[in-house]
Amino acid sequence: MIKHRIFIGFTLLEVCVLGLLLLVGQAQVSDRSAQELPALRTLVGALQLTDLSLWTEARYTRHPSQTDLFTPFQDFPSALEHFPAGSILAPARRQ
Amino acid sequence: MRHLKILEYALSSLWRRKYKNIAIILVYTFTIAVLASILFLTHSLKTEASYLLDEAPELIVQKLAAGRHDLIPIDYAAQISKLPGVAEVRPRFWGYYYDALTEANYTLLEVSSGQPRLDMLQGRLPSAPGECAIGAGVAEVRRIGTGDDLILIDSSNIGVSLEVTGVFSSKSDLLTNDLVILGREDLIAFFGYPADLAADLAVRVNNPREVNTIAAKIKRQWPNSRPISRSEILRTYDAVFNWRSGMMLSVFAAALVAFCILAWDKATGISVEEKREIGILKAVGWETSNILELKFWEGTALSLTSLLLGLLAAYVHVFFLGATLLTPVIKGWSVLFPPFHLIPFIDPYQVLVIGFLTVPPYVVSTLVPSWKAAITDPETAMRG
Repeated sequence: MIKHRIFIGFTLLEVCVLGLLLLVGQAQVSDRSAQELPALRTLVGALQLTDLSLWTEARYTRHPSQTDLFTPFQDFPSALEHFPAGSILAPARRQ
Repeated sequence: MRHLKILEYALSSLWRRKYKNIAIILVYTFTIAVLASILFLTHSLKTEASYLLDEAPELIVQKLAAGRHDLIPIDYAAQISKLPGVAEVRPRFWGYYYDALTEANYTLLEVSSGQPRLDMLQGRLPSAPGECAIGAGVAEVRRIGTGDDLILIDSSNIGVSLEVTGVFSSKSDLLTNDLVILGREDLIAFFGYPADLAADLAVRVNNPREVNTIAAKIKRQWPNSRPISRSEILRTYDAVFNWRSGMMLSVFAAALVAFCILAWDKATGISVEEKREIGILKAVGWETSNILELKFWEGTALSLTSLLLGLLAAYVHVFFLGATLLTPVIKGWSVLFPPFHLIPFIDPYQVLVIGFLTVPPYVVSTLVPSWKAAITDPETAMRG
């Protein structure tokens, strides 16, 4: 009759570890929101940034909020979008 | 007590086929870890983007020519500033630079003097000609730091040496990884901007609620313009990091299909050995409800263990290891790609969705074929 005790104990351990991670995560959210986010927001305002610096492979992937739907296909008629990041970027929903 | 004994029997039954069940747990855990990693990563990026870009310019006005972004006359700024509700219009100068030495693309941006001290900058912003501040990615790929020289080739094919006065902290990589900040005159000379043109205009309004009205007025008065509001910028990133689109959807769908195959394999039938086992249990006096409870515990033990291990693995993968396994999928052809130091924003709704999408279907797919065997005559079941 030991297996069910091991299973229940292991499951409770997993739940505790997950709960602990979520609690630590919440503490990190509060901590970093108080320390880093204000400084980063100041940076955005000072430099007037409009986009995250994620995909630097093309103009329209570097600044997806500033680009238009035409740019990925501008090379020639019937051109296909060919940058890998273009597959990840979904077009913005129109208002 | 009876339930614990049935649970004990279920665990013993799983242990009798330990290699098969360990393999199921591994595949199941991996599938859940992939699903959860994508959800954690996209939600965290989306939340962080919405916090940070809330300080983006309220309205950006571009000029279009033949549907493409064109340089905008600086004169537009004076005319737009006369519109009611407009507080300030500032021309922006920025552009892209391809560095043949490292095959990386940088974003060159100008900054006006008199900026407040930036905590995320180690050093200072450029304050004199021939100076620049760079992002951590640029510093790393060029192997330079504060006090070193960054040499770029300008639009006249002449080398320009810029002294690095500051390097942005790696904590700001998500915003500054590929940035090179120059003084306005340096940037205009570098790209050869015509004297009366700018890249676009940043408009500040008195009442944020009037942004759309002012944007409509600008569009009406200058039909070749394209106003972009802050809400559109935020909506862009809402869509970019939406797990329901793009490559994220492909990875997500592949993992979901793998899980469906696993569950379908369970649901389409049980082995002869398992049927015989159920027949023997019925013959020695087990009720159908006891057998169903037995199979319920078997399914729950496997799926719950896999769910918890998968969520743990996904959390560690995304928030401790910086999503290293997903980075090659997301990175594309970017030479400069910021390492992820994500803030662990988690949406409990998504965790519940993963749980409901994975545990109940697996348990049901275990119960259904077992029920069919449980209601069969024991002698028929034992004979196979």
